[in-house]
Amino acid sequence: MYIVGEIVTGIGAIFLFLGSLGILRLPDVYNRLQAGTKCTTLGAFLTTLGVGIMEPAWFWKTLLIALFIMATNPISSHALGRASCKSNVPLWDKSVVDKTKDFEECRKVEEA
Amino acid sequence: MSVFTVYLIIIILGVILCLIRMLKGPGAPDRVVAVDTAATVTTALLVLLGFLFKRYVYLDVSLVYALLTFIGTVAIARYLERGI
Repeated sequence: MYIVGEIVTGIGAIFLFLGSLGILRLPDVYNRLQAGTKCTTLGAFLTTLGVGIMEPAWFWKTLLIALFIMATNPISSHALGRASCKSNVPLWDKSVVDKTKDFEECRKVEEA
Repeated sequence: MSVFTVYLIIIILGVILCLIRMLKGPGAPDRVVAVDTAATVTTALLVLLGFLFKRYVYLDVSLVYALLTFIGTVAIARYLERGI
């Protein structure tokens, strides 16, 4: 069981590193959100759960942390993407498709 | 040198890459994305450190850190969207 935990934690650490590398290397806010959300969510999930597997007394609390990260990380990334779309951050010039041009109300900032 | 030292080095290298992007980033959204990612990586790092030091308290620290990061990121996103 300990070996399984070590392997799961290692895969999670590699995913975390790849997500951070994507943050540094990708050209655009939206591309960076892609890397920073998907890789980091899976990496944090696997790392936390691997620690829970290695230490069975801690399993439920690590599961709670992992589920919390899985629930909140996409929400905050979606809020960031929405905010940068509405404050007119431009796309990368080699990006192909932009669906928000078809729906004008996506671009509009609603008044509070 | 156990295998966990290698994991710690990999994860800390990830945090450093995020901080480089935070220093370089052209606009405010780039920096916020970098800080958000660095905070999520730090949450996992705290859990791993708690396992290495055999401290149960670090799990609580990690949970509270994840909560505060979520609230802060959503608040900054709302601010960028229309200005509070």
